[in-house]
This record gives sequence, C-alpha cells and structure tokens, in this order.
Amino acid sequence: MQKIIKYVITDILRNKIMLAYTAFLLILSFSIFSLEDSPSKGLLSMLNIVLIIVPLMSIIFSTIYIYNSAEFIELLVSQPLRRKTIWLSLFAGLAGSLSIAFLAGAGIVVLIYEPSITGLMITVTGVFLSVIFSAIAMLAAVTTRDKAKGIGTAILLWLYFSLLFDGLVLFLLFQFSDYPMEKPMILVSLFNPIDLSRILILLKMDISAMMGYTGAIFKDFFGTGTGILISFIVLLLWIVLPVGLSVRKFNNKDL
Amino acid sequence: MIIATNVTKKFGRLKALDNVSVTCNKGECIALVGPNGSGKTTLIKSILGMVVPDSGFITFNGNNILHHWKYRAQIGYMPQIGRYPDNMTIGQVLDMMKDIRQDSPTFDEDLIHTFDLQPLYKKRMRTLSGGTRQKVSACISFLFNPDVLILDEPTAGLDPVASEQLKEKIILEKKKGKLVMITSHVLSDLDELVTQVIYMQDGVLRFHKPIEEIRTDTGEQKLARAIAHYMQHS
Repeated sequence: MQKIIKYVITDILRNKIMLAYTAFLLILSFSIFSLEDSPSKGLLSMLNIVLIIVPLMSIIFSTIYIYNSAEFIELLVSQPLRRKTIWLSLFAGLAGSLSIAFLAGAGIVVLIYEPSITGLMITVTGVFLSVIFSAIAMLAAVTTRDKAKGIGTAILLWLYFSLLFDGLVLFLLFQFSDYPMEKPMILVSLFNPIDLSRILILLKMDISAMMGYTGAIFKDFFGTGTGILISFIVLLLWIVLPVGLSVRKFNNKDL
Repeated sequence: MIIATNVTKKFGRLKALDNVSVTCNKGECIALVGPNGSGKTTLIKSILGMVVPDSGFITFNGNNILHHWKYRAQIGYMPQIGRYPDNMTIGQVLDMMKDIRQDSPTFDEDLIHTFDLQPLYKKRMRTLSGGTRQKVSACISFLFNPDVLILDEPTAGLDPVASEQLKEKIILEKKKGKLVMITSHVLSDLDELVTQVIYMQDGVLRFHKPIEEIRTDTGEQKLARAIAHYMQHS
C-alpha cells in the first residue's frame, strides 16, 4: 500500500499543478494578512478562501486525476493487489498531497499571523475540507465511466455544497419563519461539510455575537465540547462514507 | 488449474458471456478463437478478476477467485491494448512493476534483452509506437515467471522478427509445463503453439477440443482452414 501511495504522490508532484496551488495559496494568504490591519480581519478573508477555493480545487483536481489514472489503475488491477488497496492508496495519495499543499500554502501562514484557537480551527477545517472533497470526488469518479459527465458531476456537487445548499436553507427558513427553526437548523447544517466548517470557525470569532438568537443557539451547541466533538465526528463521516461507498463500487467495477 | 463454471456476463443488453464453462490444465497451450465480439477478451478479463461475472464462478487451483486476489501473482497477462501511465518512461514502468511485486524473487528479463528495449528506457510511454508498447506488455507479462500466461492478441502490431521472438519465448515457457492461453486472429501464428482450441461465438463456448481431434474431424492440417471449416458448417 505504501508503495502505491509513493507512486501516486510522485506522479502528482510531477504534474506541477499541486505546486502551483501551494504557491497560489501562499501568495494569497500572505497578501491578505499584510493588507489587512488586524489579523482577525485577515482571518475573515481566509475563511472565504478555505470555504470556496479549497473544496473547488480538491474536488476538481481529484476527479480529473482519477480519470487520468485509468491506465495506472488498469495496470495494477491485473497484478496481485487487492482492489481496495489500490483505491485507498489513490485516495490517500490525493488527500495527502492536497492537505499538505493546503498546510504549506495557507495553514502555516494563518498560524504565524494568528496563533490562536481560531487560526487553528481554520487550519484544521481546511485540511478536513481538502480530504472530504477528494473523498466526494472519488465517489463521483467511480460512479460514471464518462469523463465529461464525471467532471461535470463534480462541479455540480461543489456548486450544490457551496451555493445551492445555502439557498435551500434560506428558502426553508422563509417558508417556516413562523416556527422556531433554530434547533432544526443545527441538524440541517450537519448535511453540508462547508456549512459545518463555516459555523465552527465563525463561532470562534468575535463576530458570532452579531448573529443574534440563532447565533446564541448555535453557540449553545457548537460552542460546547460535545458540540465540537459531534461536529468533527460528522466531518469524519463525510470522509468515511463517500470513500467506503466508492470502495464498494470500485470492487465491482468492470475495467 | 483454472475452472470456470457457468459464467455469465451482460453489458447492458448484450450478453458478452453466456453460461461459459471451461477447464484449463497445466502444460496446455490453449487457443481462444472466435469472431470479433465473441467474448474472448471478456472471458480473459473475468479470469483476471478485471470483469466481475453476473453469475457463475471461476476457481484458480481450487480457490474461488472472488476472495483470493493473491492468485494473480501466478498469472502473466498481456492485454490486447496495453495502456500505461502516459508520463512514465519504459524504465520507470518496469521498475515500478518490480517494486510492487516483491513476492517474486527473480525476474525473467529475457524478453527485454531479445527485444533490445534497454536503449529505449528513457522514452515516455505516450511517445511509443503500438508495436513497442506491445513489446513492453509482453516483457511485463513474462517478467515474474508466472505459472499461467494469458496473452490477448500477442502478435498484433509486432513486426515479423519480434513476432517470431515472442513465439519462441512462448514455446520455451510451454515446455516448462506452464499453462498458456492465447487469443489471436492470426491463426497461422498458432499452428505450432497450441494443443487445444476453444471456439467462441456470441458469448457462447461452441467447443473445446484438442487440436488433433480438430484435424481429424475436419481433415485439414492448418488451423486456419479447420476453423474456417467450422465457421462455414455451423
């Protein structure tokens, strides 16, 4: 397994996109922190990068990479290797290099300028989002044989998680504005890893005071130790479930 | 050695394999022949576990291949169209295969020498011609000294010299008592190799006979003529 991971990572490093991504994050985060007068304002801008660019990059790069490794996968499947090993190694290589790129490009800068619990929270959720979205990409790529369809699905999934889902939530809130929706909202937010990360980070910032009653309810749940534990378990589930499902599909796939 | 029992595989509506049962033993050299789209490659891929049958099962040395992935260590597979990571060189691909296959103590690099591939080691896979690619596939399939060789259209795309060299290698391995399965449309290539013939049509296994029986049945010495005889009379 380690050997295959090694080959996957060397292959990813050989196509320079991952290095460009790291450099891009590095330049962006440095300029954000030097432009803003206080680091906590910089964190707010970093939040948007973590919540939008990281998932986009992870899901699209991973999907395209899986499709491009079709030959590599085919070569390995005829060898005495367990299919699960091949698939998990691909995932580990992808998720690992995406996380390292994020840590090197954004995580370290954040921790330098804002070595607080908020900075740590942004870094940790950024890594989680990198891994979660490559897990979702694995599932999208194994489900469809057609490359264009698979990449299209990946982009739509990203759109859904970063834009459409919020729209749906707002719609729900308006429709049920006569009812107390704060508690159900906590449950709903668990269904979107981006929303969950946003809430986790925002609650560690001062601006959470401005979110009113909903903010208070959220703080009641996500602010406590159990709340944070549950959120991270849910984030873990967002990794385990797509990967587990994709392994099952890959095991029965005809190559 | 390899026993397939009632293997059926459908791709959508098309039945690629229809209730195929076949037994292959050590020391045999089996030609898998049939028209295009008759299910030869699907049968080979099912044996390798690359295609999962809808029903039926395949055993290798008595173990169901569904749960025993290790059996593939004993199979050398040469695909019809060898597909390799585009931006790796020949040398890197060969090294990677050796690195992954630590189970094999020695490597059989005869073919690399006979094909004279070493000067090409620095060439990237995407720049290779179809024939050179085919040579790489052949080298990889023989590299780990497998007990079973499964060759899908081995001579297609090879020049006459390389084709002869590959044939000699196959004969050599056959003499060591290995099981060899070959599909080919160039039946004249098979004449001096095979001991048994499996004929497939529309996913159905029509017959599985020793070559002597085919020769006496049809009265033809050449395999190509004998098969043509069957095709006309079926």
